[in-house]
Amino acid sequence: MKKIVGIVSALLSACLLAFAPTAGAVQVFTTAPEWAALVREIGGEDVIVSVATTGLQDPHRIQAKPSLITAARSADLVVANGAELEVAWLPLVIRASGNAQIQPGRPGYFEAAAYVRLIEAPVLLDRSQGDVHPLGNPHIHGDPRNMLSVGRALAARLAQIDPKNAAAYSNRYKRFTGTMRASIAVWERDAAPLRGVPILVQHKVFSYLESWLGIEEAGALEAIPGVEPSGAHLAEILARQAGNPARMVVYPAYQDDAPSRWVGERAKIPVVLLPSTLGGTPDASNLYKYYESMVRRLLDGLKSGGGAQNGESRVLE
Amino acid sequence: MRNSTAAAFAAAVSIPASLVFSSPALAAGDDEIARIREQLQEMKTVYEARIASLEERLERAEKRTENRPSAVRPASAPGREAPREATPVRTPVRADADFVAAAPPVYASAAPRQASPSAFNPEMSLILSGSYARMSKDPEQRRLQGFMPSGGERLPETRSFNLGETELALSANIDPFFRGEFRMAVAPDNTIGVEEANIQTLGLGHGFNVKAGRFLSGVGYLNEHHPHAWDFSDAPLPYQAFFGNALGMDGVQVRWLAPTDLFLEFGVEAARSRSFPTTDETRGKNGGLSGSAFARLGGDVGTSNSWRAGLSYFAARPRDRVYEDPLNATSSSFSGRSRTWIADFIWKWAPNGNARYRNLKIQGEYFSRPEKGDLTYDPDGAALVGDYKNRASGFYAQTVYQFLPRWRAGYRYDELRAGGASIGLVKSGALTIDDLPLLKSYRPKRHTVMLDFSPTEFSRVRVQFARDRTRPEAVDNQLWIQYIMSMGAHGAHKF
Repeated sequence: MKKIVGIVSALLSACLLAFAPTAGAVQVFTTAPEWAALVREIGGEDVIVSVATTGLQDPHRIQAKPSLITAARSADLVVANGAELEVAWLPLVIRASGNAQIQPGRPGYFEAAAYVRLIEAPVLLDRSQGDVHPLGNPHIHGDPRNMLSVGRALAARLAQIDPKNAAAYSNRYKRFTGTMRASIAVWERDAAPLRGVPILVQHKVFSYLESWLGIEEAGALEAIPGVEPSGAHLAEILARQAGNPARMVVYPAYQDDAPSRWVGERAKIPVVLLPSTLGGTPDASNLYKYYESMVRRLLDGLKSGGGAQNGESRVLE
Repeated sequence: MRNSTAAAFAAAVSIPASLVFSSPALAAGDDEIARIREQLQEMKTVYEARIASLEERLERAEKRTENRPSAVRPASAPGREAPREATPVRTPVRADADFVAAAPPVYASAAPRQASPSAFNPEMSLILSGSYARMSKDPEQRRLQGFMPSGGERLPETRSFNLGETELALSANIDPFFRGEFRMAVAPDNTIGVEEANIQTLGLGHGFNVKAGRFLSGVGYLNEHHPHAWDFSDAPLPYQAFFGNALGMDGVQVRWLAPTDLFLEFGVEAARSRSFPTTDETRGKNGGLSGSAFARLGGDVGTSNSWRAGLSYFAARPRDRVYEDPLNATSSSFSGRSRTWIADFIWKWAPNGNARYRNLKIQGEYFSRPEKGDLTYDPDGAALVGDYKNRASGFYAQTVYQFLPRWRAGYRYDELRAGGASIGLVKSGALTIDDLPLLKSYRPKRHTVMLDFSPTEFSRVRVQFARDRTRPEAVDNQLWIQYIMSMGAHGAHKF
């Protein structure tokens, strides 16, 4: 026993010497591609960004795997989505990392959702409603205007962590808002035909996108968030088509398209794949192209479903 | 106030209610329902309009706030913005204060929070489980031939209906430096056990984490997982034989995570162990009792695969560890050194790392336990003493495949090797091995298959079938039907 302790402590001290911390760029651990992209916009060459998930992964289903713990170990800043999206794995990763700087409450821990107004806060907080997020719908990045308010807070936080580059963060943020505001104006103009258009969604991941573009959500295929749609509920949705017919059904890249296809075929409306985040589809390769892609895909859906009554269902990918 | 609350309640009810009533089968031909529906619809319209107007006001208010000139926003007043931009940031503190003032967090609940002593309540969760077991042999007769009893042989306790352990867990940050965790298990026989009660450091930094109190040892892979997180209804044979299901500790654990790209973690523990093979619970000496050390390596292969491998060592000095031989009802006791080595490995695969629809888990652990010391036969009577030396080993390998979103199937094989014990009393001719029938060498084996269904992340129902050959004279066919449900705080997705 004593021998073991001796060997281990010798190993520990050797490792400590070997891996003295390197000075330089701020290491940022982000939980999702959209926040990684935003950090890159504002941090530029002053940050090194790691991202825990890809656009093809269900953010609710991530595990505290070893590679994430390692990445958090060396981070100066954690940029999380917040609103309990990562509640199942991020606290575990942060605790296991043994990194004092990134513990919640410290400057090294940043939650994007704290800087925007959350919508769809559940009226009834009960698990009979599925895996509800008590603070509201956490998928805030669907609305690019949220990127502006989060970006502002993020620039401030980066400046706090890395004061010597404060001016650079501020300047990059200004440049970012300029480009973003101009882009938003273009997207809003392009997306004008979508205003008031009723759509069906498979999972409530696009609520912020809908509220931004004035799209009307006519229903969700998942009756209870996080639970696979039931046949009865899908039939009910189809029945509702008679009253206020939805013009298309959308699903996120990380979900199986079967329920959407089922409804699409029977209701004879287009089935539209939307990237729920960057990398969800090949064309959503950066922050601007992500929003562009969503607007374009929705417009395509609207167009192809033009003769809705007798049109064929098409899957747009 | 009362009126508005009532109206708000009605509005809240009206939305789900209108969905229910919109079902044509219900609405047709019933005047009263139609009338109620109309009223609800009216209320809904009124409230939607009010909410919309409030939202609009909020948006306007937000725009005003946004347009306020600040250090970081190129707002609509460029004239006022320009001088700020031109002024270089002199002191970081100043810039920092500006930034922070510019970006106050906005939370979802606009309503002011009321002071409440319950606001700091810890995260709470409760796990409920129960099973129905059908076994071809009496569980009371079950033993692991060749292995001194560890206390983990009997699970479930009896045939037919069994209540599982009910586990209550409370955890919270104590202050910026410590986190506390408490887990209590209420057994079906109404006894309460403290499973875990420990504090962990939060802010040590440099990759260090210290845990103190009662915890499950970090050795191996499965040891730290509580029964409700197991992929099968019972523990693998090596865990049953070597630790009596799990190695529990009352002591201190130090972990250190190396700052490498590959996951590399070391840990040491010094503790009063609460499990077989130790007798620490009844010992009254100063200083160290039992100790362990472990090292782990892990990482990803592409985005679809992740893995972890570990090597662990546990050392104990049991004193007068008495066991009763179930075959001839004589007692014997062991004193000496007990060491356990564990090699563990786990590999997880999910297409593109998206575990929602399909994923595969392959896991295995190998145990080896050398024990050396004295064996006393019949300590209360004849008390014959002789030396004892043995090396027992065992392993399990299992795979679990989620083939549909809510369905998983799994297979496990486990095997133990009792080893050829060198028993002084037998060698000297004082006893024959028939006097110590439990210690006759054997290789217990078991095949297990399971199928489970999880309607949500919080509930699971499982069917398991095992063909248990842990003793030479019997083959036990075991069928389990089990439920495991958790309520309260969202469970952690441990790797």
